[in-house]
Amino acid sequence: MHGLINRAIQCFVTDTYGTETWHAVAVEAELDFVEFEAMLLYDDALTPRVLDAAAHLLHRPRAEVMEDLGTYLVSHPSVEALRRLLRFGGVTFVEFLHSLDDLPDRARLAVSDLNLPRIELREHTSSCYSLFCYSSVQGYGHVMMGVLRAMADDYGALALLEHSGGDAGTEVISISLIETEFAEGRIFELGARAG
Amino acid sequence: MTAVEFCGLDILCPMHLVLSDTGHVRHAGPTVKKLRPDLDLTGARFLELFDVKRPRAVTKMADLSALAGTKLHLQLRDPPQTELKGVIVPGPMPGHFTVNLSFGISIVDGVRDYALTSADFAPTDLTVEMLYLVEAKSAAMEASRKLNLRLQGAKIAAEEQAFTDTLTGLKNRRAMDHIMARYEKWGTQFGLMQIDLDWFKAVNDNMGHAAGDHVLQTVAHIMVEETRDNDTVVRIGGDEFVVLLPSAQEMGDLAAIGHRIIERLTQPIPFAGKECRISASIGVALFDPEGADTTAQVLDNADVALYASKNAGRAQLTFYEPELRENVTEPASRSA
Repeated sequence: MHGLINRAIQCFVTDTYGTETWHAVAVEAELDFVEFEAMLLYDDALTPRVLDAAAHLLHRPRAEVMEDLGTYLVSHPSVEALRRLLRFGGVTFVEFLHSLDDLPDRARLAVSDLNLPRIELREHTSSCYSLFCYSSVQGYGHVMMGVLRAMADDYGALALLEHSGGDAGTEVISISLIETEFAEGRIFELGARAG
Repeated sequence: MTAVEFCGLDILCPMHLVLSDTGHVRHAGPTVKKLRPDLDLTGARFLELFDVKRPRAVTKMADLSALAGTKLHLQLRDPPQTELKGVIVPGPMPGHFTVNLSFGISIVDGVRDYALTSADFAPTDLTVEMLYLVEAKSAAMEASRKLNLRLQGAKIAAEEQAFTDTLTGLKNRRAMDHIMARYEKWGTQFGLMQIDLDWFKAVNDNMGHAAGDHVLQTVAHIMVEETRDNDTVVRIGGDEFVVLLPSAQEMGDLAAIGHRIIERLTQPIPFAGKECRISASIGVALFDPEGADTTAQVLDNADVALYASKNAGRAQLTFYEPELRENVTEPASRSA
């Protein structure tokens, strides 16, 4: 798994629960180190181990931890650059939803060896969608739930999200769009410098 | 043609201007209007708004219309004097011309200066994708840069460790070889001392290794104190030291430093309520870049001088003379 993903999990735990908690997670996951390097590649087996260790130490279901991770990725100031990159996907939340199919390609354009799980948006009506997430890491759908929830806030849209389970390797999220201009949303300027 | 009829052009190329045959602006696309929001562009003379940088010598509308189809380098005359790329073609009405503009490479500054959003670019325009790439690549580069800095820090620390004697913090033999090679290459003249501790083995045998280690650390401290910052104190073996002194090139200076070291090392060193008594023998040689001797030979010369000091009854300092070699029975075996 790419260091960027592992590093994101590390930053999430550190920024949310403190450095000591992260060190405990690293020990429990038997990492032999405490710092993931964003630009190196790691064994795929490490990532689920880190997620399990975090869930165990925080006494919370892994799905919940993963959804918080998704929310963190979009809303925490220390990863503002990522929110901006996602906002490039579209001017409105609906446009953003339609850009999700391209997300792995967009990621690869930036970092050529970063392989994100494939996702696919299916439109049932103009306000009703399903997002199919195909990932070997169980619970990736929950991360996407967190991302979508935070992005809806970011665009000022009101959406109901539901994780409708799925088979091994496939998770489905149901998206009901209640209102596209529910609130102000956060400003996105093309020319702003990401912190 | 009314403003409504320019609607199609406004969507396809929001950064366009329609000019009359006199060179006056008939219509400005919505994004061009954002470049000068306080100005009514309609009716203004195009060449008064924009300076044509290349091709040169475009001063009137006839010059401009003759350039139909070629790439234009334009610059806004009033600040911010943004540079733009453009192309002019006849149309859409007879006797009119359309200029389409783009930011080119100055796009990153352009979107910031004019607070442009995705809606200001045509849906087919790749500008937003390019801005995405610029940001994504910058973020990735920043992550790589941080990794490189950390790796460089680790490399420096590892090198520092590889060149350091861990017990005393002095330089080790590998570091000495590097420094001498550098002096030889640069032609730096320097004094060289070989220093052996006298009676150190007795301290180790009678008072234990902890006492021996303490003595070595104290000796290292004294040698560093008695030499200058750009001199190098090296521990090359158990109780053998070398000092490289580019700061002292005169025999008199070297003798003064050497005698001070012997004097201080002869003072008893307290350890665990007892006193460790040692002394030092020193051999001195000079490296002269003009001379025939290599640094390796100078090291050996100092060794020969050291051997003479030991034979003369310890706590002695001897300068190397070629004659010393005749009295020495086995100088080579000492440096092995």
